[in-house]
Amino acid sequence: MRLDVILRVLAKLLIPFAVMFASYVQFHGDFGPGGGFQAGVIVAAAVIFYGLIYGLPSAREVVPDVLVEAMIAIGVLVYAGVGVAGLLLGGNYLDYFVLDHDPVHGQHRGIFWVEVGVAITVSAVMLKIFYVFAGRRRDAGGEDS
Amino acid sequence: MLSQHLPILLVVVPLLAAPIIVLLRRSFPSWLVATLASIATLAIALPLLARAVSEGVISYAIGNWPPPLGIEYRVDAANAFVAFIVSLIGVFVMPYCRHGVSSEVRAEEHYLFYAMMMLCLSGLLGILLTGDAFNLFVFLEISSLATYVLIAMGRDRRALVASYQYLLMGTIGATLYVIGIGLLYLQTGTLNLADLAVRLPAMGDPRSTLAALAFITVGISLKIALFPLHLWLPNAYAYSPSAVSAFLAATATKVSIYVLMRYFFTIFGETVVFDARYTGVILLALSLAAMFIPAVVAIFQTDVKRLLAYSSVSQIGYITLGISLNSVGGLTAAVAHLFNHALTKGGMFLVLGGVVLRLGGSALDRMAGLGRTMPIAAFAFVIGGLSLIGIPGTAGFVSKWYLVTAAMAEGQWWLAGAVMLSSLLAVIYVWRFVEVAYFREPPEGLPPPGEAPLTMLLPALAMIVACVWFGLDASWSGSMARAAAEALAGGWK
Repeated sequence: MRLDVILRVLAKLLIPFAVMFASYVQFHGDFGPGGGFQAGVIVAAAVIFYGLIYGLPSAREVVPDVLVEAMIAIGVLVYAGVGVAGLLLGGNYLDYFVLDHDPVHGQHRGIFWVEVGVAITVSAVMLKIFYVFAGRRRDAGGEDS
Repeated sequence: MLSQHLPILLVVVPLLAAPIIVLLRRSFPSWLVATLASIATLAIALPLLARAVSEGVISYAIGNWPPPLGIEYRVDAANAFVAFIVSLIGVFVMPYCRHGVSSEVRAEEHYLFYAMMMLCLSGLLGILLTGDAFNLFVFLEISSLATYVLIAMGRDRRALVASYQYLLMGTIGATLYVIGIGLLYLQTGTLNLADLAVRLPAMGDPRSTLAALAFITVGISLKIALFPLHLWLPNAYAYSPSAVSAFLAATATKVSIYVLMRYFFTIFGETVVFDARYTGVILLALSLAAMFIPAVVAIFQTDVKRLLAYSSVSQIGYITLGISLNSVGGLTAAVAHLFNHALTKGGMFLVLGGVVLRLGGSALDRMAGLGRTMPIAAFAFVIGGLSLIGIPGTAGFVSKWYLVTAAMAEGQWWLAGAVMLSSLLAVIYVWRFVEVAYFREPPEGLPPPGEAPLTMLLPALAMIVACVWFGLDASWSGSMARAAAEALAGGWK
């Protein structure tokens, strides 16, 4: 397997840019096309790409299963937490107006954290699906009920 | 300050509990969080119901965006009462899970089980409280997806197939529902249910409204398991873990029935649904078919869980019969049976779960001599069975009484006879259990199994006692059912 050196080098070159593009999609999502879902998918795609080239075990070393599962939950908590923050600051659930002195800033802040939550959960779910399907034969060994 | 946020808190508490449980990962803390969350939902649902009955419609604007624009939660006596039923069942089922689940779900999946229960609870409550047609679909998907996972967690391998079957049918149902609301949105430009109720009559009675009505009715009927669309239900209930069977039998189909009633009476209005066409007759025919055919099938089941599942399909027939009468009396009977059947069937599945834990299976043959080896469980099961039949003194009698009275008020005397005849079929399938449990010798050479652990027995007995309680004193449940029926028929004015 010496011949895949091109793939390995290219992957090393491309993955940082993929992650950077994901953060552009994430943070520019307020003004242009993009947002948490798309950014989450791109981050997950970067890790999946790493897993395809360097093998599933090394991908699992970089992003372990426990972390992936925790991220699924944390993203939901962040999203729901924004709603609860609105409640605590005296507004309704998911009320972004009260998150800042200036209501427009409040809207901005609210959607920012919601998109962060979405990105975390989406990337983790994508990875989880990849891990489950790719690791099926290795983990299960026939018993998978 | 907190009281104005009750509608949203009811949905958010279990929704927050689910990810917290996933982070905890250990079985016992997960169970503790789930149980506390379910108690909290009941503590929220009770004052919400009291307020909805005394004050009428409560509206809550999510994100402080005023209603037809933003998502609105709209609570009245009808959905507050069904939400109360769902959270009450949650409080019975969650403590039961501690031992009930340990033998049926793999230990490393326990936290996922509890997380799914919380998501399912949150989804069902969301369907009930939301006043937005599309938000309703989202919650329908949340609760359904959680349900598919819960069913697949059953230890029998056939649970996977049952779950897949339900997934296919449920997805078709949800798709039809979305097509329906898509048509309504095209016509009226709104997704807010109260706004739809105002705008639809002004549209007259065009073909696209009818198409929307047809899509929504068939889609929701799939989730209800109305007679010819019930094929997913017996396997789903039979192979899922016992606690899940109890929870689903008592809540999932009931919530869908509420949705159907809401669309029929509040949104489309009875003039469009019943007066202008044959919906009433079709629903009546299907309800009658449901009361008889699955009841006969139940008689021939060799597995008690499947027997109860077919009996559920048959009991749903009584509820839809109440809807098809198109009167406040009929709706009262439907809502009352929703409550009484939830208690009865939930209690019976919980008792059965304890029996399955001790005997290792739910085949009828294994229950031989159960009256002697597990006397409390067998007796509780028989009391539940009496309520299914509708013996006076049990909750089942009360709702059948309402149903027969409502049918007679409409001049449909023969329906009273049909209800009686169908109850006789229930006598037969309940008798099959009595015969095996009390008139057969317990298998020899095996140590007597003993009663189920207290954490399982107590919630199960509590539900059976509630079933007798609301059979002897129906004044509270009856008045709530009446308030709910009036709220449904009166519309959101």
